[in-house]
Amino acid sequence: MELDPLLLSRIQFAFVVSFHAIFPVFTIGLASYIALLEGLFFKTNNPAWERLAKFWTQVFAVVFGMGVVSGIVMSFQFGTNWSNFSYATANFLGPVLSYEVITAFFLEAGFLGVMLFGRNKVPKGLHLFAACMVALGTFISAFWILSANSLMQTPAGLELRGELYHVASWAEALFTASFFYRFWHMVIASFLTGGFVVAGVSAWFLLKGREVEANKKALSMTLWLLLIIAPSQLLIGDYHGLSTLEHQPTKVAAMEGNWERGTGVPLILFAIPDQENEKNHFEIKIPKLASLILTHDFDGELPGLLDVPAEERPPVFIVFWAFRIMVGLGVLMIGFAFAGLFLRAGGRFASSPWFLKGLVAMSVSPFIAVVAGWFVTEVGRAPWLVYGLMTHAEGLTPSLTGGMALFTLIGYILVYAVIFSAGVYYLMRVFQAGIEATDDDKEVESDHAKRPLSAAHVPLEQGDKA
Amino acid sequence: MNAPVFDLTLIWVGIIGFGLVMYVILDGFDLGQGILYPFAPDEQARDVMMNSVAPVWDANETWLVLGGAGLLAAFPLVYTVFLPALYIGVFLMLAALIFRGVAFEFRFKANKSRYLWNWAFAGGSFIATFAQGAVVGTYIQGFETENFRYVGGALDWLTPFTVFTGIGLVVGYALLGSTWLILKSEGYIQDWAYKITPRLLVAVLVIFGIVGIWSPMIDDFLKDRWFSGVTLLWVLPLITLFFAGWIYRAVKKRQEGYPFVATLGLFVSTFVALVFSKWPYVVPPNYTFWDAASAHESQLFLLLGLLFVIPFVLMYSAWSYWVFRGKVKAGEGYH
Ligand code: HDD
Ligand code: HEM
Ligand code: HEM
Repeated sequence: MELDPLLLSRIQFAFVVSFHAIFPVFTIGLASYIALLEGLFFKTNNPAWERLAKFWTQVFAVVFGMGVVSGIVMSFQFGTNWSNFSYATANFLGPVLSYEVITAFFLEAGFLGVMLFGRNKVPKGLHLFAACMVALGTFISAFWILSANSLMQTPAGLELRGELYHVASWAEALFTASFFYRFWHMVIASFLTGGFVVAGVSAWFLLKGREVEANKKALSMTLWLLLIIAPSQLLIGDYHGLSTLEHQPTKVAAMEGNWERGTGVPLILFAIPDQENEKNHFEIKIPKLASLILTHDFDGELPGLLDVPAEERPPVFIVFWAFRIMVGLGVLMIGFAFAGLFLRAGGRFASSPWFLKGLVAMSVSPFIAVVAGWFVTEVGRAPWLVYGLMTHAEGLTPSLTGGMALFTLIGYILVYAVIFSAGVYYLMRVFQAGIEATDDDKEVESDHAKRPLSAAHVPLEQGDKA
Repeated sequence: MNAPVFDLTLIWVGIIGFGLVMYVILDGFDLGQGILYPFAPDEQARDVMMNSVAPVWDANETWLVLGGAGLLAAFPLVYTVFLPALYIGVFLMLAALIFRGVAFEFRFKANKSRYLWNWAFAGGSFIATFAQGAVVGTYIQGFETENFRYVGGALDWLTPFTVFTGIGLVVGYALLGSTWLILKSEGYIQDWAYKITPRLLVAVLVIFGIVGIWSPMIDDFLKDRWFSGVTLLWVLPLITLFFAGWIYRAVKKRQEGYPFVATLGLFVSTFVALVFSKWPYVVPPNYTFWDAASAHESQLFLLLGLLFVIPFVLMYSAWSYWVFRGKVKAGEGYH
């Protein structure tokens, strides 16, 4: 069988970027949460806030470290596997990625050391400032990289001269039609990730009856946050979808599983889309609802997949189901946020076992929703790499062979499997040691190293004693 | 596209060159610790070696990222020819850097699996350095390109010459590592570093000599440049020799700081010699810096930001170094 470098490169890119993506969404949310805890400690001087901040800083250190190493891989992926794309769009992509490094990565790296190890070395106010700068860095990073991605979704401000794209207007190229929706959808997704992980871990401690006071505080605060942002995400997502309908109608048709253009289109809850025969099997649907959601009119007209030739349609099954997973989890999150409000009224939000167990389970849900969301966005763009301008095939590195691509794909899977297991194992140890462990952190001189993971004091293997 | 916008492109040659030298020097001495790791006298020495680079390791990697992104911004052709041509090598380097980075973090936390992390650290440092050295060799060797694209094979970069430059850089980083260790350690560990430095220095000089003879044999352009008469260029090897002499003297006199400083000089002069051997070609044999440059507006757009942001970056980086000033003492491992 002939190995297809295009397919293998797509799988590889999807794998390494999905792996990378799960760390930033967590660090963005958590960095802000820690900055908030530090701020509360600064204002009230209540040591409970400081203990929480110390505990979550340990977790942050591990996740941040994994985000950095997987991110370094990303910055070379564009060149190794998509060199034609990089070459054609370098006039835009190069400065944007460089700006990300100089405005975000250096900011994060510069203040990270003080945030992780400087608690006893700098005044309280400066320590808070460092935490705020790290949080700011994560947002700036998201800004640039999502701007780059939005240009690939809804290109604007570019001008083709010969083979190369030149930037005709930086303002238009940086702030394209989908950018603001994507940015806010991603920011809220990050807060949801931070929120549900904090809620899940606090709930787990509460179930074990450990540190009830501090964990109750953390859970209560987080539930208020979730009550606001979970519904906001639905709202932003709705606007995001409306914008996509305008700019990438075929993607919306794939998300809805809608083959024929028509009016009064039903909302399909369940179906098995069949790309080859151009129809769905086993449909379960609600009449006219899709038209209502997307056009705010029962009889609004929606595009269908058959509007474009077969080779311009994305893989419908993946887009359709990834969308349902994301929205399904989003609705479930809203459900949990409101259940929290309801239980709070009865004073039982920190004691109801089913609710706490549910929260523990929900702590993985944002990661799944984020990856699913990116699959909708990116697979739904297929066959385009830059929407309407360049296809995946045109962007591929010309000298790449199937064998080379397969070699690195297997390589990355192996490397990441090892790193991920070690990282998750280590995080579990941090959780097990719990908030209590932050009390006996006798400062050791060499622990002041400016490196992410060494902020955590927990020994790697069970039974090791520090 | 090829309209030579001299000023801006030249400025960018300077900026990228500076970034590259920064990376080589900074990551050079900490990769060097990994290369020397298996030969260290004992486990306590390994602790000290790792601790000596621990505070700077993370920031060094950021320079690598800036190098990649900066090339894409200013000289996209370099990015889109080098990376495909070195596809397998780049993967090996990234995998090695990942393992090395994680080993860094986990070694101090582990007991039973400690030897595994030792190996990951040493092996990762070695492979990453070797891959970087092979890039240098490939640059001298040149790339098979057509219409601004790499058209050669997957393993064209792997030749006896590039294997040799790969090993050459391994020895070079080891020298950077040992002189750094002289600066940062004391007692028997420092004695050990004093002992190995002259040997490494001799090895480095032999390798430079061989590369100097071998390169003109595989590359006519380079031969013409160096041997078509005595040029100003010949000053550079003399400067390199001067630094070598300085290192030797400083080690004999047991001066702590100068061996490292002189090694930096050795690296910088070699780097400059390399660039001028190939000037103005950056993707040899076909494309110059000007062919490889990005659009004028893009170079300008980034340059303006750079001028504005970099002073702040330097300021807060310096502040954070100041917060963590002071020496790492022997015997104080992580817990
Ligand atoms: C919405 C957020 C987001 C997204 C979509 C991406 N990243 Fe990322 N990235 C971050 C947010 C982030 C971050 C929060 O800034 C990280 C995570 C942990 C960290 O150290 O910074 C990071 C780290 C990080 C690093 C290491 C930085 C360092 O050395 O400190 C690199 C090189 C990249 N990323 C590159 C990429 C590329 C090329 C992406 C596109 C495919 C990408 N990231 C997607
Ligand atoms: C961080 C979150 C992201 C995730 C989880 C993600 C996911 C994916 C997936 C699943 C694909 C495969 C689509 C297909 O082949 O059908 C893809 C493609 C691609 N994405 Fe993203 N993406 C993310 C962010 C970005 C960003 C920020 C950029 C650019 C700045 C980008 C650039 C690309 C490119 C160049 C491709 C083409 C390669 C390919 O098709 O696999 N992605 N992405
Ligand atoms: C609750 C209802 C939700 C709706 C209606 C919704 C809607 C959308 C739409 C329409 C897109 C694709 C936009 C495009 O490709 O042009 C998208 C993408 C995405 N969604 Fe959602 N979403 C919801 C919930 C969530 C949740 C809960 C998360 C994660 C916690 C999430 C994370 C993402 C991500 C990461 C992307 C890809 C990046 C982007 O294009 O913004 N979404 N969402």
